[in-house]
Amino acid sequence: MASALINVPAKAKRGEIIEIKTLMSHIMETGYRHTASGEIVPRDIITSFACRYNGTEIFRADLFPAIAANPFITFFTTATESGKFEFEWIGDRGFSETATASITVE
Amino acid sequence: MHRPPNSSRRQFLGLAAGAAVLGAVPVVTVRPAEATPAMLASAIRNVTGGSAVKTGKVKLDVPPLVENGNTVPLTVSVNHPMAPEDHVTSIHVFNEKNPQPNIGNFYLGPHAGRAQVSTRIRLADSQKIVAIAKLSDGSFWSASVDVVVTLAACTEEVI
Repeated sequence: MASALINVPAKAKRGEIIEIKTLMSHIMETGYRHTASGEIVPRDIITSFACRYNGTEIFRADLFPAIAANPFITFFTTATESGKFEFEWIGDRGFSETATASITVE
Repeated sequence: MHRPPNSSRRQFLGLAAGAAVLGAVPVVTVRPAEATPAMLASAIRNVTGGSAVKTGKVKLDVPPLVENGNTVPLTVSVNHPMAPEDHVTSIHVFNEKNPQPNIGNFYLGPHAGRAQVSTRIRLADSQKIVAIAKLSDGSFWSASVDVVVTLAACTEEVI
């Protein structure tokens, strides 16, 4: 399921600060809404996001129901060497998705 | 005179009003409790461990007037160098009136190069948003912004 959108520059100079944009398709049900009949809609959110650059964790986030649906997160890192970014989203009801992106550093 | 019927009507109205008030109380308590300034303070204390939080360094970018609280762009940047010996280790974002005081915690390191994160958040009401940055020397810096929301998020009914 292509539910993740990742934006990482394909090429960067060594030492350059690059922006990484990520978007994961997810309803992010808050657990505070209820149906017309009064039942609470159970919480279903992504609770954590992490990014690894060649195996080293460079960014991590704890998400709460106050994060909008389809969590969009951007952050920065320094391009040090060519390799792979691995992204991981973990959430309620066993939700787990991963994505990767590669970068060439000159 | 016609005093008796009149007074019983008054009694009836009084009882009806009392019943209406009693009936209204549970309806109010069923609604999800909103985070209060006290909850906000305790959520912040969980992060800072009671250390003093200074104002400054942090820049919180949120539109001051939001039409739709379901998705509000938010950018937090910290004006601080990201050197291995002195950098921003985490950024925490809180709100005052959503059902929960936390919005997100973001953990970075010196390799980030720039202490800046962006995301999209939900706001259930017009309220204050607080961002706190933790530095590697253990100090905390904060910024807060007041946002006016016209369409609230989080608590509407599902159709």
